[in-house]
Amino acid sequence: MTDQIAVFTNVGERTNVTGSAKFKRLIMEEDYETALDVAREQVENGAQVIDINMDEAMLDSKAAMVKFLNLIASEPDISKVPIMVDSSKWEVIEAGLKCIQGKAIVNSISLKEGEEPFIRQAKLIKRFGAAAVVMAFDETGQAETADRKFEICQRSYKILVDDIGFPPEDIIFDPNIFAVATGIEEHDNYAVEFIEGTRRIKQGLPHCKVSGGVSNVSFSFRGNNPVREAIHSVFLYHAIKAGMDMGIVNAGQLAVYDDIPEELRKAVEDVILNTDPGAGERLVELAPKYSGMAQAEKVEDLEWRTWPVEKRLEHALVKGITEYIDEDTEECRKSKAKPIEVIEGPLMDGMNVVGDLFGAGKMFLPQVVKSARVMKRAVAYLDPFIEAEKEEGATNGKVVMATVKGDVHDIGKNIVGVVLQCNNYEVIDLGVMVPAEKILQTAIDEKADIIGLSGLITPSLDEMVHVAKEMTRRGFELPLLIGGATTSKAHTAVKIEPQYDKGVVYVNNASRAVGVVSNLLSKELKPAFLEKTKAEYEKVREQQARKKPRSKPVTLQRARDNAVKLDWDNYTPPVPKKLGVTEFKDVSITTLRQYIDWTPYFMTWSIAGKYPRILEDEIVGEQAKSLFADANAMLDELEQSGALQPLGVIGLFPANRVGDDIEIYTDESRTTLLTTSCHLRQQTEKTDFANYCLADYIAPKGTPDYFGAFAVTGGLEEDDLADAFDAKQDDYNKIMVKAVADRLAEAFAEYLHEQVRKEYWGYAVDENLSNDELIRENYQGIRPAPGYPACPEHTEKKKIWQLLDTEQRIGMKLTSSYAMWPGAAVSGWYFSHPEAKYYAVAQIQKDQVEDYAKRTNMTLAEAERWLSPNLGYEPE
Amino acid sequence: MPSNAVNKREQLTEALKQRILILDGAMGTMIQEYKLEEQDYRGERFKDWHVLIKGNNDLLSLTQPKIIADIHRAYLEAGADIIETNTFNATTISMEDYDMASLSREINFESAKLARSVCDELEAKDPSKPRYVAGVLGPTSKTCSISPDVNDPGYRNINFDKLVAAYVESTLALMEGGADLILIETIFDTLNAKAASFAVEEAFEQAGRSLPVMISGTITDASGRTLSGQTTEAFYNSIRHIKPLSIGLNCALGPDLLRQYVEELSRVCETFTSVHPNAGLPNEFGEYDLEAPEMAQEIIDWGKSGFINIVGGCCGTTPAHIKAFAKGLEGVKPRQLPELEVRMRLSGLEACNLN
Repeated sequence: MTDQIAVFTNVGERTNVTGSAKFKRLIMEEDYETALDVAREQVENGAQVIDINMDEAMLDSKAAMVKFLNLIASEPDISKVPIMVDSSKWEVIEAGLKCIQGKAIVNSISLKEGEEPFIRQAKLIKRFGAAAVVMAFDETGQAETADRKFEICQRSYKILVDDIGFPPEDIIFDPNIFAVATGIEEHDNYAVEFIEGTRRIKQGLPHCKVSGGVSNVSFSFRGNNPVREAIHSVFLYHAIKAGMDMGIVNAGQLAVYDDIPEELRKAVEDVILNTDPGAGERLVELAPKYSGMAQAEKVEDLEWRTWPVEKRLEHALVKGITEYIDEDTEECRKSKAKPIEVIEGPLMDGMNVVGDLFGAGKMFLPQVVKSARVMKRAVAYLDPFIEAEKEEGATNGKVVMATVKGDVHDIGKNIVGVVLQCNNYEVIDLGVMVPAEKILQTAIDEKADIIGLSGLITPSLDEMVHVAKEMTRRGFELPLLIGGATTSKAHTAVKIEPQYDKGVVYVNNASRAVGVVSNLLSKELKPAFLEKTKAEYEKVREQQARKKPRSKPVTLQRARDNAVKLDWDNYTPPVPKKLGVTEFKDVSITTLRQYIDWTPYFMTWSIAGKYPRILEDEIVGEQAKSLFADANAMLDELEQSGALQPLGVIGLFPANRVGDDIEIYTDESRTTLLTTSCHLRQQTEKTDFANYCLADYIAPKGTPDYFGAFAVTGGLEEDDLADAFDAKQDDYNKIMVKAVADRLAEAFAEYLHEQVRKEYWGYAVDENLSNDELIRENYQGIRPAPGYPACPEHTEKKKIWQLLDTEQRIGMKLTSSYAMWPGAAVSGWYFSHPEAKYYAVAQIQKDQVEDYAKRTNMTLAEAERWLSPNLGYEPE
Repeated sequence: MPSNAVNKREQLTEALKQRILILDGAMGTMIQEYKLEEQDYRGERFKDWHVLIKGNNDLLSLTQPKIIADIHRAYLEAGADIIETNTFNATTISMEDYDMASLSREINFESAKLARSVCDELEAKDPSKPRYVAGVLGPTSKTCSISPDVNDPGYRNINFDKLVAAYVESTLALMEGGADLILIETIFDTLNAKAASFAVEEAFEQAGRSLPVMISGTITDASGRTLSGQTTEAFYNSIRHIKPLSIGLNCALGPDLLRQYVEELSRVCETFTSVHPNAGLPNEFGEYDLEAPEMAQEIIDWGKSGFINIVGGCCGTTPAHIKAFAKGLEGVKPRQLPELEVRMRLSGLEACNLN
């Protein structure tokens, strides 16, 4: 039986206005959103193909079919399955086929109107590349007996296959399923005729399939679903044995053959197989007895609350439910000799389950973070009891973690911390901007087993090298972990590892952290693991050394000779409508959230995919939806409470290019210098392109041009909000609020840039772009940020701070490494020229670094330090 | 005049059984080398055209035919058996971007004629090596299955009928110009390709003769799907009904990332297979930098693994690449066509093969 079911193809019938009152209402009311849910549910319930029918007199069936199919195309969890376009009107079918990229099925054609339309339609179906349901229906009517069914199907088959070359494997015969047990004697044998007809079609007509509308057969028992379901199952059991391949069935309404009560099954079987004239009567009599057998309605599933407490704790951990954690922890504590046993026993067991599921890819990071929240709550609840007994909790090991000096970014580090805690490592998180001295002293004082460093901006790389050197100098023995957005295996291998030989490991993402830490803390595994890592890095270093630059360097002079040549004689730079500095202190979250680019938000949570498609992704879609909902709830909350106020400041100034610098003036007289923004030029050999430098997009002296700067933050309250969540052991929301603030800062930058283009500078007054177009930067002008590829040198930020009086006006600060505080911040320059574009400066040579050092009043060594990621040579 | 189509088809099929045929490489990459400016694109004929036309590479078949012929010749001399007409964007739909829809027919016709004439020239030199012109139908700049408006997923800026009309016009012109095959390529939306194949059959019916058809889809990223979301096999199921000479993959990915999908296609496809990948992924400057020897290594490995029947290059490849492929694949056995079970092969975004 099960084998046969496996080869039977289930066609979903719910998206059919003639068969589903609910679907019909939704379509008539144009509630396509909910109508899509019907389709989705059907696929989730196991429909392998979905039948779509819009044949309703009150409906423009063709328009409804096109609309619904186009909508389905944007829903991957529906459109993953093939579609059956179902209509009695050929024009609806044809319109439908024009909207389907996959190989579909047409339902249906027949010889009802004679051979001419049948052939014409079949030829078109072939050209569209669809399969076809062919009804056992000819000029004289529908076939009722097995003989007629076979005869019509055979004739259709010959026309299709022999005359027009229709592929036989693309033919599905529907030999008509009619209702049985209607009380009319002639109907009693209908099921038998179908089953017999099917057998002959399958034997006589190679490669074709047989299908049918199964619910017809039980039509007499409308209103009695349990009996109908039993009839469907028994009918299918016999029809499939005879060769029926597919059927239009509501997969959710099919009894399991073996589960049908013996008495009912026997009565149904007699009807289907028409064993004797009294069979129908007997089933009619028996039916009411089974009509109430409906399944218990589903209420909120709290069944798990009845489980033993240890199972409940595990369930709460896996599902991330905090609601009952205190009472369950308390109950469990009472059952144990010591409170610590709750942690070491059920809670750790639960977290191990979480860890296993995560490792196997069956849980996603945000779920794990929620699990950790539950864990932390439970531990916090137990803390006072444990404290009272003065006993050390046994952990797997102790990790000291910090974002290095000069850097304030900690979302990634927090995630790693949570994941480690989930795995019962004690994590001492020193926070952000932590000097080497403090990290190392803490590691000694706390007898840590491992040190972990994180950083997002490029100067942090040097700070990490510094920490490694310090560890060697002070004779440390602990392994050092390196992570964060700018770090890389190559950098770790080439720059950090040679400085410290007791083990340096690059951890490329949070999910790897546990594996690395457990290896390092195991006496048995550690030596081999470190040896393997060392060998790996040695290889990376060799590769790096061998790597010759893809393109040859050129002298600074040659690069300058190949600058972008803009035609300033025939171009008048637009004059800003409002020169000077403008503050933005009351732009609401309501305004900004429309500008959010959500894709990076999901990346923060290690879920890859483009928004909005990611919400419908087969694997991570559910998780993405829930993350998206939580972020929006957070935004709603922040919007209402006013707990986070985004702040921004912009300035537009007269400016002119001098060499690779941009001079910024106090006013139109262009005599008094405010500051000079210094830029770098690409310095590799170019054949098809110029050697770009941002300064080239500003007019030289003689042509009045302008230049702008901006700085924005999601809100100064970011850290306090995160700390408040931290105090409540709520890591999930601690990470969430920072991630949301980050998005707001980026959205603010996007919003301000639009304001500048349309209003303050006003060179694109008529611009009207959707958020998606904004994200794709379909506008004139750019806003490069210091520290990013087009202007990679971080200290230039201080000029933005000076020009805009940023700290005084909106409270944003710069750290010693020129990271911005708060972490959710963006700053940059505005260029208006239509040809201005983003590029990467990439590798530069000593002649340019010397020149740059002079221009920026740095020593060569200083300049080399700030430009170290871009140096195309080894500094002395 | 076009040579006898029936013979060409037989000749091609026979050749495909004997060896791996070589397709040409990128046209756009080669055109870039000439560093053409607006006035070069315009030529004399369009010097007063009312919109900017720099970048309308297909127009060069009319305004700079010598350059296009030289590129074709370079590929043929590098060893290409099949060259692609310079008509990737020559449908009325894509030409609308330059307000040149009315030139679509002429560009397709002239491009095919030009390509054929260079083939004839080379065939005259070496009659033992027949050369074929594949008339290219590109994907157009619009997608039939995807809404350009995120807020209105049901919206479309093109429909099947308009695509069919445009493709019929292009196909007829390519046939008249002397194309020996039709190549529907860089398919990122299978519905566009279905419209193209629908149109090709329509055109064959109108012309009263048919040509072999090559179809080539594009896996857009590491997810292994077309832009419109189909897997390789789902894509194959969607278009196998036109019984093409070959089905293949091109563009978007370099050979390293494309390998697994080529292998997949080779397994599921009953017809000959073709591949013309990019020279790697674009670097941060938008340039393709996979050099010929490196790329050929992978291509030759595909050949030896029995994955391919036709191979060439897409974005970033040059005659040097094609030469390296041709040389490296000399004597390598072509892929044998698999015997597949007769099954109903449906698809949505994923394949659904019924027993």
